[in-house]
Amino acid sequence: MLTITRYVLIDLLRNRSVAVYTLVLALLSVSLLSLEGGSGKALLSLLNITLLFVPVITTLFATIYFFNSLEFIELLLSQPVKRTRVLLAVYTGMAFSLSVAFVAGVGLPLLLLAPALPSLILIFTGVVLSCIFSAIALLVFVLTKDKTRGIGAAIVVALFFTLLFDGLLMMLIYAFSDYPVDKALIALMTFNPVDLARVLMLLQLDAAVLMGYSGALFKKFLGTPAGSIYAAASLVCWVLIPLLLGVKVFRKKDL
Amino acid sequence: MLIRTIACCLLFTTAASATVIRTGPSAPLQDVLDRAQPGDTIILAPGLYRQHDIVIRKSLTLIGDNYPVLDGENKYQLLTVTANGTVIAGITLQHTGRSSLTDMAGIRLQQVSQAQVRNCRFINTTYAVYLQNSTHCTVSGNQISAAAGDELQSGNGIHAWKCSHLQIRDNTISGHRDGIYFEFVTASGVHHNLSSNNIRYGLHFMFSHNDVYSHNTFRANGAGVAVMYTRGVVMYKNNFYHNWGDAAYGMLLKDITDSRIILNRFHKNTIGIFMDGTSRIDIAGNEFQANGWAMRVQANCDNNKIRMNNFLGNSFDVATNGTLMLNSYTFNYWDKYDGYDLDRDGNGDVPYHPVSVYAVLSERIPATMLLYRSFLTNIMDQAEKMVPAIIPDQLRDNMPRTRKWNL
Repeated sequence: MLTITRYVLIDLLRNRSVAVYTLVLALLSVSLLSLEGGSGKALLSLLNITLLFVPVITTLFATIYFFNSLEFIELLLSQPVKRTRVLLAVYTGMAFSLSVAFVAGVGLPLLLLAPALPSLILIFTGVVLSCIFSAIALLVFVLTKDKTRGIGAAIVVALFFTLLFDGLLMMLIYAFSDYPVDKALIALMTFNPVDLARVLMLLQLDAAVLMGYSGALFKKFLGTPAGSIYAAASLVCWVLIPLLLGVKVFRKKDL
Repeated sequence: MLIRTIACCLLFTTAASATVIRTGPSAPLQDVLDRAQPGDTIILAPGLYRQHDIVIRKSLTLIGDNYPVLDGENKYQLLTVTANGTVIAGITLQHTGRSSLTDMAGIRLQQVSQAQVRNCRFINTTYAVYLQNSTHCTVSGNQISAAAGDELQSGNGIHAWKCSHLQIRDNTISGHRDGIYFEFVTASGVHHNLSSNNIRYGLHFMFSHNDVYSHNTFRANGAGVAVMYTRGVVMYKNNFYHNWGDAAYGMLLKDITDSRIILNRFHKNTIGIFMDGTSRIDIAGNEFQANGWAMRVQANCDNNKIRMNNFLGNSFDVATNGTLMLNSYTFNYWDKYDGYDLDRDGNGDVPYHPVSVYAVLSERIPATMLLYRSFLTNIMDQAEKMVPAIIPDQLRDNMPRTRKWNL
């Protein structure tokens, strides 16, 4: 399994897209941090970038890469190795390299220019989001038949989590504005890792606003250690569930 | 001891034809005070005085030598002053009682004028200094601290009722219900005080016209500063810092008219200034930094001028609860402004709308706060900038500064 992961890693390191992704992230974070002087504002801009770029690029790139290495995977499977192992190894290589890209692109500038707790949490959310959307890409890969459809599905999934889900949530909030739906909303947010990551981060940065009247519930729930642990645990579930589902489907898939 | 007393007596008698009496913890202070002649100076030797409900009925000067301690044993009141021109200085007053019938005070000034309370220390007093129907009094340089538990059981640091011409300066107040409380207090000055960590308000006044507040710092109070039903207030160079919580304000203005709020700093408050029913206020040269809402201006405010302020790094610059707009915003610096200045006169050429679409949405339905700073809301903000549909279009700064004011 390690050998396969190493192969995938080496292949991804040679891949120009990952290098460009790292470079763009690095340029963005260095310029933002030096422009705004490591303030909360720079962190917020970086948060926006993380919440938009990481899901979209990770899902698209990972799906395309998985489809491109389909022949490599098929070749491996003709050897006496378990399907599960091959798939997990490929996933590990992917998630690891994208996480490294994020840490190198955003994490290093952050640690050098604005070393503080919110920076660490931003890095954590970025890495977890990379892992989550690699796993979702893997699920898309095993569920779809051909590359075109796969990429289409990846785009829809990425858009869903970054934009559509929030739109639906907003509609729901409007529709039920006369009812006490606050708790239900927190429960619903668990279904979107991007929202979870955002709230985790906002509690560090914009606490002033969140502590206004509506934020009482933020503070009571997500502001406490128990809430943060809940959010972090949900994020980990978001890695595991697509991954396990993907493995399960892949085991019986007709290649 | 004796020699010193005599020497003092000689000195003071020649100067002011008054005697200096020195007394200690064992002598009953009330008797000493009753025997003294108006104009005498009484010096309290260091020590613990377990004496309470002492009334000063003559114009005396009561000075503590190295902070003698008057202790109310958590049951009684300490000093009550009913004579004009009394001076109390350098005494520690501690542990007054707590009662629902009377407001137990460390020092109570009752219908006097020209009285002074200087450089005293108040430790765990329900009310530290209580001024009642008094004029021309000074409360300065005192250190007032308590550890009040809740609003109902506690009193105020400096409490003034129906007074005029007071000077409250250089005091440090913490741990009371309200740091400084004024009701029907007019023509007074509050300067250079530090009011922090009080349960409710750092400063609270009602019906107190024509007062001046300057160079005070209000920090980390339960609900900030609240001022109500008053006209002719001048507030300048005060700091409102870190008043943070569900219902906390830097400053809450309720029915304030014809006042000026100038050169203050509002840092890290949940709401910098909350305005409700205020009219004809000049808000100029203030700095709002890192607040949740820099200002919330309710629609029932009119003819307020908000000009030449700096708005820096606030989550929301201005929020309002309606579409009626009767206030003017001019020449402010908004860090979120992204217009241009082609004629280089220092003012942007396109107006700035300080109310963001998200401020409007969260005003209507607080739960939308859940989606704050998501990609969706960023898009909405941008769309609203192109074609304003939700935000109150009338609420705008036609002359936004392109560079920060140097305040």
